[in-house]
Amino acid sequence: MTLASLTRDWEPMAYGFLDASAKREIRRKTLKAIAVPGCQIPYASREVPMARGWGTGGLQVSCTLINPRTRIKVIDQGADDSVNAASIRRFLARVSGAPTTTDTLEADLIQSRHRVPEELLREDQILVLQVPNPEPLRPVQPNMSIARQMHADADYGRMWLQLYEQIVRSGRVMQGASYPSLVNGRHVMTPSPIPRWDVPKLNMSRHLTILSAGREKRLHVVPPFTRVEPLVFDDVPYRVEDHAGLTCTRSGAKGFFMNEIPQADGTSAYELSDSDLGAKTIRQSDGEPVEIGATWYRDGEMAQ
Amino acid sequence: MTPTLDAPRFVTTRPLLRAQGVTKSYGGVQALRDVSATVYPGEVLGIVGESGSGKSTFLRCLNLEETPDSGSYTLDLPDVQGNLFELDRYARRMLCATRIGIVYQNPHLGLLMSHSSSGNVAERLLVAGERRFAVLRDKAGAALDASEFPLDRMDAPPSELSGGMQQRVQLAKAIALEPALLLLDEPTTGLDVSVQALVLDTLKRLQRDRRITMVIVSHDLGVIRTLADRVMVMRRGEVVEAGLADQVFQDPQHAYAQQLVHAKL
Amino acid sequence: MTPILDVRGLSKGFTMHHLGTAVSAFDEISFTLRAGEFLLLRGRNGAGKSTLLRTLYRSYLAAEGEINFHSTHGTIDLARAADVDIAYLRRTEIGFVTQFLTARPRVSAEALVAEPLRLSGVAAEEALERARQWLSAFGVKRDLWPAYPTTFSGGEQQKVNLARALILPQRLLLLDEPTASLDAGARRALITRLAELKAGGTAMIGVFHHPGDVATLIDREIDLTPDMGPQEEREDVAV
Repeated sequence: MTLASLTRDWEPMAYGFLDASAKREIRRKTLKAIAVPGCQIPYASREVPMARGWGTGGLQVSCTLINPRTRIKVIDQGADDSVNAASIRRFLARVSGAPTTTDTLEADLIQSRHRVPEELLREDQILVLQVPNPEPLRPVQPNMSIARQMHADADYGRMWLQLYEQIVRSGRVMQGASYPSLVNGRHVMTPSPIPRWDVPKLNMSRHLTILSAGREKRLHVVPPFTRVEPLVFDDVPYRVEDHAGLTCTRSGAKGFFMNEIPQADGTSAYELSDSDLGAKTIRQSDGEPVEIGATWYRDGEMAQ
Repeated sequence: MTPTLDAPRFVTTRPLLRAQGVTKSYGGVQALRDVSATVYPGEVLGIVGESGSGKSTFLRCLNLEETPDSGSYTLDLPDVQGNLFELDRYARRMLCATRIGIVYQNPHLGLLMSHSSSGNVAERLLVAGERRFAVLRDKAGAALDASEFPLDRMDAPPSELSGGMQQRVQLAKAIALEPALLLLDEPTTGLDVSVQALVLDTLKRLQRDRRITMVIVSHDLGVIRTLADRVMVMRRGEVVEAGLADQVFQDPQHAYAQQLVHAKL
Repeated sequence: MTPILDVRGLSKGFTMHHLGTAVSAFDEISFTLRAGEFLLLRGRNGAGKSTLLRTLYRSYLAAEGEINFHSTHGTIDLARAADVDIAYLRRTEIGFVTQFLTARPRVSAEALVAEPLRLSGVAAEEALERARQWLSAFGVKRDLWPAYPTTFSGGEQQKVNLARALILPQRLLLLDEPTASLDAGARRALITRLAELKAGGTAMIGVFHHPGDVATLIDREIDLTPDMGPQEEREDVAV
């Protein structure tokens, strides 16, 4: 036994950027979060070469999970080609040597800001969502300690009250994105600012969803086959955005979540938010042998 | 002479509330010393005494907000067993939220000022598990109506209402789940005299119409006189006299009780 | 006739702690009362007539003695009975008629009078009918029936008071100066009703300012004027 055999060569950076103890902590906290679905688990959020508020939480989870064979997909509002998504994807590839992809069907790990892809995710895939504010009770209880106690007591009356007040004042629930949802019948979480369209995809999904907030230093998880129920009154049904009848002007795909592009004449054109699905649809209609996976929504409706 | 009264013979219903030997001290101060009370279903118990008598502390114990150093507290209700002072946090909270109503002297303690009045009432129903919006609206309206609160203002926040109206919202909130027990801590203190009379009137009608069991704490003998069937006089943490309301007011036995009653006559 | 009340050695005094004094109201009173009997209490002012009535009703606590009441449920000593038993008996078997009406705000005269019937299980319609009959018998004007007694004159309030107190036959009725502030017609109605109740078996103990009014009803009298010692005027205790 020599010192040389006990140590490793100096490297400027650990594998996957984060050092081993950081990754160990995140793994442990993630396992804990899987064990208590929807419960916010604090972790020591490390510095990464990105400012807080740009996805540092998601990045730390991705760095922890990554290995040289992980196929990585990164999207921002559904688009692989947005600047931030491209930067994060390049960074992950550089610090891990892992391959990247834009195809949802091929990816093992998908880091996403504010959208869930339209194609069904499988049990061998992990979705990492970037979360700005993980505390659903914040509008109702700004004091963090009290909010934690409320979660512990399952004391969500004030949350429900907020929804009641919204209906009284505006005739409907005003919550657009980040719709508070009950996970596994116990903890209320914010599913990050994904649109209402995407929240039902998390319910009883086959895939694992990790939601991580870097600035707020908390993560929570929706394990596979776990109930996710948006908080709704029994007699005021959950409504998703009205995109069922929309058609993507570039690809012709219908009945998926769209980005609205205002036109010069005052009308709007719509484009598929899930840009890779759009690209695949175009290539398929051009005659290429492209595989488009089964989707959660069919003909604009959530298939049961 | 205060005769030792026999146990009930003709009335065979069980008491709704039994508190025995409730004792509590804060730091060096003995706030409650061996306080006991028995209240039968439909009865109104009035607790009188001056500041520092412990009456409000006792009420907070009955609401499970405070835990005494010793004593027992039982409620004769379905699914409720044992000494309630020994309940765990969650059980205590649920019992308090669903089976006991409370009206505080200070409406800021009992109400969420920035939510609507109907929302304040609806919150109780939500905590109890109601998930139908239409039912929430109906029941909140009904409770506010029973508390004689004008329904055209049911969505106004309490911060925009007068003191008397705020007490009515508290009352509506307290009765929304039709609790077995209603606790009131100085419900009319601080209100204008004419408003006091109106609120008392509402309480009287509620009591007559719903036969709800009440424990009312007040230093105002007029309030107790109007509402109570039985009265307990407290002084420095102890019960010095207890009996039928008319008897305690007309023929108080204990020196302090006499002082209290005669001073106000 | 069935015995209703059996009072033995009843004594009452008041201890004014702040004055350091003790006064005796009455001492060693004993009597029995049977169903349908009318007992008049006599004695000059301050002799303790009102005090005795209140002690029987348990508004005052007896110092010594027994008040054995033969209820439909058995015999019970009212001096020692539990508060809840007294409350029960007051609702069902023992009435106390004073010259003051406890008017409740926003309860109409007819609803007030009907209430004892309602509480004993009579249907709302019938109770209201009978209440109106009694209001009429006591001479309360028809247009006052749906009105709130808090706005009535003393005399009118007293009529409502009596109608309510006497509408449901009691086992034992205690009457404390009920004829005060009554006009002749109402007084007659009262006597008639008392006679009716008496014939039905109600035992009565009464204090009347003008005993002549009830001369036809009186079976026995007790004079509470003590035989010796100077009497103290006790205005501060009789409320």
